[in-house]
Amino acid sequence: MPREAMEYDVVIVGGGPSGLSTAIKLKQINPELNVCLLEKASEIGAHILSGNVFETRALDELLPNWKELNSPIKTKVSKEKFLFLGKSKSISWPTWLLPSVQQNHNNYIISLANLCRWLAEQAEGLGVEIFPGFPASEILYNEDGSVKGVATQDMGVDKEGNKKDSFEPGIELLGKVTVFAEGCRGHLGKQLIEKFNLSEGKDPQQYGIGFKEIWEITEKNHQEGMVMHTAGWPLDNNTYGGSFMYHAENKQVFLGYVIGLDYKNPYLSPFDEFQRFKTHPAIKKIIEGGKRISYGARALIEGGLQSLPKMFMPGALLIGCDAGTLNMPKIKGSHTAMKSGMIAAETINEHLKENKSLSIYEDKFKKSWVYQELHAARNVKPSFSWGLILGIIFTGIDQILFRGKLPFTLKHKHADHETLKPANEMPKIDYPKPDNVITFDKTSSVYLTGTNHADNQPVHLQLKDPNLPINYTLEKFDEPAQRYCPAGVYEVQNENGINKFVINSQNCIHCKTCDIKEPSQNITWVTPEGSGGPKYGNM
Amino acid sequence: MKILVAVKRVIDYNVQIRVKEDGTGVVTDNVKMSTNPPDDNAIEEAVKIKEAGKATEIVAVTIGEEKAQETVRKALAVGADRGIHVKIDGIIEPLAVAKILQKIVDKEKPDLVFMGKQAIDDDCNQTGQMLSALLNWPQATFASKIDIKDNKLEIIREIDEGLETIEVNVPAVVTCDLRLNEPRYASLPNIMKAKKKPIDELSAADLGVDAAPRVQQIKVEEPPKRKAGIKVSSVAELVQKLKNEAKVI
Repeated sequence: MPREAMEYDVVIVGGGPSGLSTAIKLKQINPELNVCLLEKASEIGAHILSGNVFETRALDELLPNWKELNSPIKTKVSKEKFLFLGKSKSISWPTWLLPSVQQNHNNYIISLANLCRWLAEQAEGLGVEIFPGFPASEILYNEDGSVKGVATQDMGVDKEGNKKDSFEPGIELLGKVTVFAEGCRGHLGKQLIEKFNLSEGKDPQQYGIGFKEIWEITEKNHQEGMVMHTAGWPLDNNTYGGSFMYHAENKQVFLGYVIGLDYKNPYLSPFDEFQRFKTHPAIKKIIEGGKRISYGARALIEGGLQSLPKMFMPGALLIGCDAGTLNMPKIKGSHTAMKSGMIAAETINEHLKENKSLSIYEDKFKKSWVYQELHAARNVKPSFSWGLILGIIFTGIDQILFRGKLPFTLKHKHADHETLKPANEMPKIDYPKPDNVITFDKTSSVYLTGTNHADNQPVHLQLKDPNLPINYTLEKFDEPAQRYCPAGVYEVQNENGINKFVINSQNCIHCKTCDIKEPSQNITWVTPEGSGGPKYGNM
Repeated sequence: MKILVAVKRVIDYNVQIRVKEDGTGVVTDNVKMSTNPPDDNAIEEAVKIKEAGKATEIVAVTIGEEKAQETVRKALAVGADRGIHVKIDGIIEPLAVAKILQKIVDKEKPDLVFMGKQAIDDDCNQTGQMLSALLNWPQATFASKIDIKDNKLEIIREIDEGLETIEVNVPAVVTCDLRLNEPRYASLPNIMKAKKKPIDELSAADLGVDAAPRVQQIKVEEPPKRKAGIKVSSVAELVQKLKNEAKVI
């Protein structure tokens, strides 16, 4: 049965900061354009997770009157702290000795999910058609190989692939230009990068996994506007990562942890490192007596400029962290994602009006402040491959003395799935049991995400070789999926002496870590039925 | 035949409910909201009856805040013909809902009123019954199968003892169980079309109904946490504990 098709000037895939900024900017430039935006979550914001200390630079350009538009940007950063953690001690690092990119006094503590909900209202007000609950599952191509649009996921298909009574076929959304803005490790973006060879001559992309919990804490421990970061314990010198703690409104703190996915020990469990981190006296004393109200995790981009693929191709643009515009030393990607989307809108306008090639995106991007930022930031993350201490010393020289202007560029040598060492060469890590007060297990954590996937649908975490996890990965790496997945999706169960690899795909919180870290790249994340996944509130 | 379907906007069933710190209610800010699940079954059944050629028009009605309109739009996207939104902020109790629906029935003159058996937020399970009394119409609650036979409905009800088959005359109020059908998905083109279908906006005052709550809510609190279980070493110890500590034998 042929699918129904709908035609638009511009089709945008993904309702995060970059896609929404493209939509808004397009309608600002030309209100006549027909623009639609697809979002896989049940509503805009429900799959958004971010720290977030927000730099308003891009928003100032996009909606200069944002303060009058009742935007959810309220809490200005009032105090900053940086701590190096030892096992039980901590040393405070004076903020004036931090590189300027890590200083936040003009920024705001926000919920990015709420910012996206608000941006979506602005976009809809300008006439953008937003369709939440419709994942783009397939890229459509013209005969000449250019991108023609996307198709949405069929709905009402059972586990075996049969159509249920409620079957509803996907729709083809055809755009003169299609904009891919799926966020880090978008599953269509990944296909485009491969098909159009967009990463040619670039370093392999680098990723991290970020965790976030929202806590409601006691009045006496709460300092609205306070921003604190830590490095050090519980990670060793060779593992890249650190924490954030942002004191938001309503006695809430946004507490999180980011770990580079280039870690080497297959026994490392990012989730448990985060849980353990909270037991440090400097952290525990703040959240003690409070209550955890939200949990979530999401992979993020760490590769920077060296790993940034080409962002244009015939008929389409790849923007935000679907390409990889996050500024790692700044620990911020929202403003750069937004700006990359605004540049996309300008490019598309000239393309449609003056028939210019979409390749003008590159030049516009290079002339923008996003490029300048990413260029200055480019050597920070790779220097940490020498370890935390050398990384800090180098970053001090690079960022404070030379302001990112050193005349060379360090390379990322390995993709994250290549960095694991065989289990028998690495020490086991004994994580403490959760106390259900400060630390928790994965099950009770996933419960807080509101995650659900309609029953009896095809498993959206696909194995290229279904026997590989038991026959190879279990033996060589002790199947690290059991540990890197922040939602307990993957389990190795032993039944009568026979090991079985179990995928609890209904628990998946769409973080994409498995798609990145699986040592043989054996797991492919595809879109589940629309509206599936977490239902984050103000993450 | 004309069918009126009442739908309610509630916190999505997947969301973990959080009680406000001051005990005045539950947190709804930035929380995902959806149509009350059995109301989806009510809409689906009405659409099926229309598709079978046994109904001519489906009107979806909701009562609630500004954003409750989304619930009507969703009903329109799966097959309702037009909508009514009675705008009221704050808590609306079943009796007020039933009185408002009564006025709408007077105006619209439907042959059937469908709604979910209960809403998953307050779990009242009262509105259908109250409406039937106010209208003096027969009621069929917890319907898991509906057959239209001339001017009568044969309905199978989900009851504690099993399944009960009853017959009611039309007009009637029917409250729907989750087992009644499998609600369809709203397709993208139908969501587009639904944006153009009409929704009448009314207020309780327009209908002459006093919707003020009659029940005073004193406090909302979380259920007590379940205590961790213990392991007993022998049957004797179990019996002893059941007898002396739990005092159940």
